[in-house]
Amino acid sequence: MALLDTAIQKQAQTALKENPEPVTLHVFTQAMECQYCRESHQLAEELAALAPDKVKVEVHDFVSDKAAVEKFKIDKIPALAVVGKEDYGVRFYGVPAGYEFTSLLSGIKLVSQGKADISKAALSKLGAITKPLQLKVFVTLTCPYCPAAVHLAHQLAVASPLITAEMIEASEFPHLAVKEQVMGVPKTIVGGFGAFEGALPEPAFVDKVVSLVTGGAV
Amino acid sequence: MGLEFKLDLPSGTNLKAGEEKEQLFDLAIVGGGPAGLTAAMYALRKQLYVVLISPDLGGQVLLTRGVENYMGYQYITGPELARKFSAQVRQFTLKLAQGESVTRFSQDGKGLFQLVTSTDRFITARSVILATGKRSRPLNVPGEQEYLGRGVSLCAVCDGPFFKELPVVIVGGGNSAISAALDMLDLGSPVTVVNVADGWQADSVLMDQLRDRVTLLDAHKVTEIHGDKEKVSGVKITPRDGGAERTLDVRGVLIEIGLLPNTEALAGFVALNARQEVLTDCFSRTSRPGVFAAGDCTSVPEKQIIIAAGDGAKAALAAHRFLKHIPD
Repeated sequence: MALLDTAIQKQAQTALKENPEPVTLHVFTQAMECQYCRESHQLAEELAALAPDKVKVEVHDFVSDKAAVEKFKIDKIPALAVVGKEDYGVRFYGVPAGYEFTSLLSGIKLVSQGKADISKAALSKLGAITKPLQLKVFVTLTCPYCPAAVHLAHQLAVASPLITAEMIEASEFPHLAVKEQVMGVPKTIVGGFGAFEGALPEPAFVDKVVSLVTGGAV
Repeated sequence: MGLEFKLDLPSGTNLKAGEEKEQLFDLAIVGGGPAGLTAAMYALRKQLYVVLISPDLGGQVLLTRGVENYMGYQYITGPELARKFSAQVRQFTLKLAQGESVTRFSQDGKGLFQLVTSTDRFITARSVILATGKRSRPLNVPGEQEYLGRGVSLCAVCDGPFFKELPVVIVGGGNSAISAALDMLDLGSPVTVVNVADGWQADSVLMDQLRDRVTLLDAHKVTEIHGDKEKVSGVKITPRDGGAERTLDVRGVLIEIGLLPNTEALAGFVALNARQEVLTDCFSRTSRPGVFAAGDCTSVPEKQIIIAAGDGAKAALAAHRFLKHIPD
């Protein structure tokens, strides 16, 4: 049975067909599929079927395909790496269902266009990031505020070759949620520099990331 | 868990970077909840050139578990109703600045309104409808800020899953609080509902679903939220009539005690009442000619989806009359 109903399929198809360049969804799963591995794989295949010229799927076994795991720096499953002409470090850990389906389609569009839609001021502030930085945005699938935070993190990943950004569905990775003390979403973990909660508007989000990294005012 | 998929992408008519420059809109609608979306639909049917600026499409409806009092639907989930609103608007050519909010309002010497958005867009319009809605009101008690995101939540629907099977207290006595309690029961949590007002304000049909399944404490004050520095371990409550203080051992405190208007950026631009709501007259006019307001951010009583939607329609028609110089 299809995961996406007809109305959502139609919307998704319209959105995907507007994308300028094809993207590849690298699906990481394993022979004995994890919770929601099957659904994540199926979701990727359904999107590819809606727009075959815009979405390709490559499936990798998390256990045996060590080269791909290393190449895309995947450390847990289910995982989706969204890759276009370049790999900007846009990742989804856990099934991007619920409100996060919007994040997935937004992420695919972003990677397809290969250009972030953020202000010049934000781009300029990102110049303060001089070392590789990993952003992790914890979400729940019932949180309507979360896609905004995920999308902004992905925007920063596309804008800066030093930044990677991942959505992490908290209930599928409860150990990580406990480790990062996530009890409210969206919560963005900024490398080893700190964290903040809430779906902040773009200027505040960028300021928060940069100030945590640089340890000072922006 | 059955998976649902929700898609709310900015449409093809979302403003591209810089597209707003050199454009003069007839009407800028600020806010994308029921009031803003209904205003957009009415204004577009009048063939006005409209831009809608909003962090999301749906507003507080997106956070609503179920809606049973919007005419035409005996039951519909909040997100589904929001999707229907947005789909109805998107059949028209509307310019959207989705994912943005307005941070500054001003009016130039020619009477045109200038709105600066959170991504530094500079939008110019001949009229404005304010439909910025409301957001959750905090309790303002010791421990609340300290434990926000560590057991205290102002968005039950977002954070409820973190308290699965753990004891929680829901603070509030209206429909949102009772809906949150029902959600937490579904997650297997022991639930106590503490109403900080005197008397339950929730609809009887919702209250009936709760009785005998949760502990209901009417007319209590929450005096403190405490924990072990890492997470919440309990709340202190006192009966409003002066009885003894007691402690509830809980891991989650979900606060649903009403709403605050999103009007900070409007101070000095239009008149606000003591509750910081935009003052409007029965024609949806604010204190500034050409600026109208609708929905939960206004002084209109009763914050309901159907009232906000009707208010949005009224504001759009009033804006149209203003633009076309039609007398009221």
